[in-house]
Amino acid sequence: MSGQQIGLAISVFLACAVEAVEALTIVMAVGVTRSWRWALTGVGAGIVVLAVIVAALGPALTALPIDVLRVVVGGLLLVFGLQWLRKAVLRYAGLKALRDEDKEYASETDAARAAARASAGFDAYSFTIAFKGVLLEGLEVAFIVLTFGASQHDIGLAAAAAAVAVAVVLLAGVLVRAPLARVPENTMKFCVGVMLTSFGVFWGAEGAGASWPGGDAALLVIIPGVALASLAMVRWLRRAPAQRALGEPA
Amino acid sequence: MSWIVRAARAVWDFVVGDDPLTAFGVVVALGATALIAGAGAPAWWVMPLAAVALLGLSLRRAAR
Repeated sequence: MSGQQIGLAISVFLACAVEAVEALTIVMAVGVTRSWRWALTGVGAGIVVLAVIVAALGPALTALPIDVLRVVVGGLLLVFGLQWLRKAVLRYAGLKALRDEDKEYASETDAARAAARASAGFDAYSFTIAFKGVLLEGLEVAFIVLTFGASQHDIGLAAAAAAVAVAVVLLAGVLVRAPLARVPENTMKFCVGVMLTSFGVFWGAEGAGASWPGGDAALLVIIPGVALASLAMVRWLRRAPAQRALGEPA
Repeated sequence: MSWIVRAARAVWDFVVGDDPLTAFGVVVALGATALIAGAGAPAWWVMPLAAVALLGLSLRRAAR
């Protein structure tokens, strides 16, 4: 397995695990409080819609010339990666609340209990919330699988990494029967942000016509470089409020 | 609102998110890389520099 393939598998696994934890929290909340039957039906419907979207977009992506694909995918991954990194850095610096799956679960269950139930039959609330949760989180997963997989002509590896991530999260959810609050979600988001940004930089530059010194080995410098720069920004943001406070008149 | 506008807005939110300046900066950086590489000069340094600069600027805006 090449370095790029290992990077691809790790990036897709981490990104999919984060999204799967979020989807699992939503589905468990409506399943426990209202109806497992209709929550799981919503999950099934969401997976079917996702499969249709992937089947429609996958072949179209792989049909593009590799340089066009890499510049488009590189640009999109970079935009996505910078968004993930920005949120993770702000959370580490204490400027944005850490996502708490227990709190998220409690808020979802409160909303589910408060929502009116029309009849003992079809529970539209459970179905819709589970469907939307799976579809929206799944779209991010599908986007990452397709873009990473297509750029390296290895959609199979990307899909396998995604499937393993979803299976691990599902298994953990079934075993603990509770929201996965102990998953270090911000750390995983930080790692995913670093990987997406690094691959975005690498493929974007290659697609735009640049040649990397050392070829694929350049990724071994880009990934730690992006991670170190991001950690330096966490330190800078942590110190900035203290400096502002020192500069303010008493 | 028509479904086309809603779909376009959903795609915009999904791809660009809440920081359009960063997305614009990425497009500019890709264009600059293409221009420099097209002129025959080394252009690999543009994207890493742009990524770090765009992240820093985005964080500065968010921290204010």
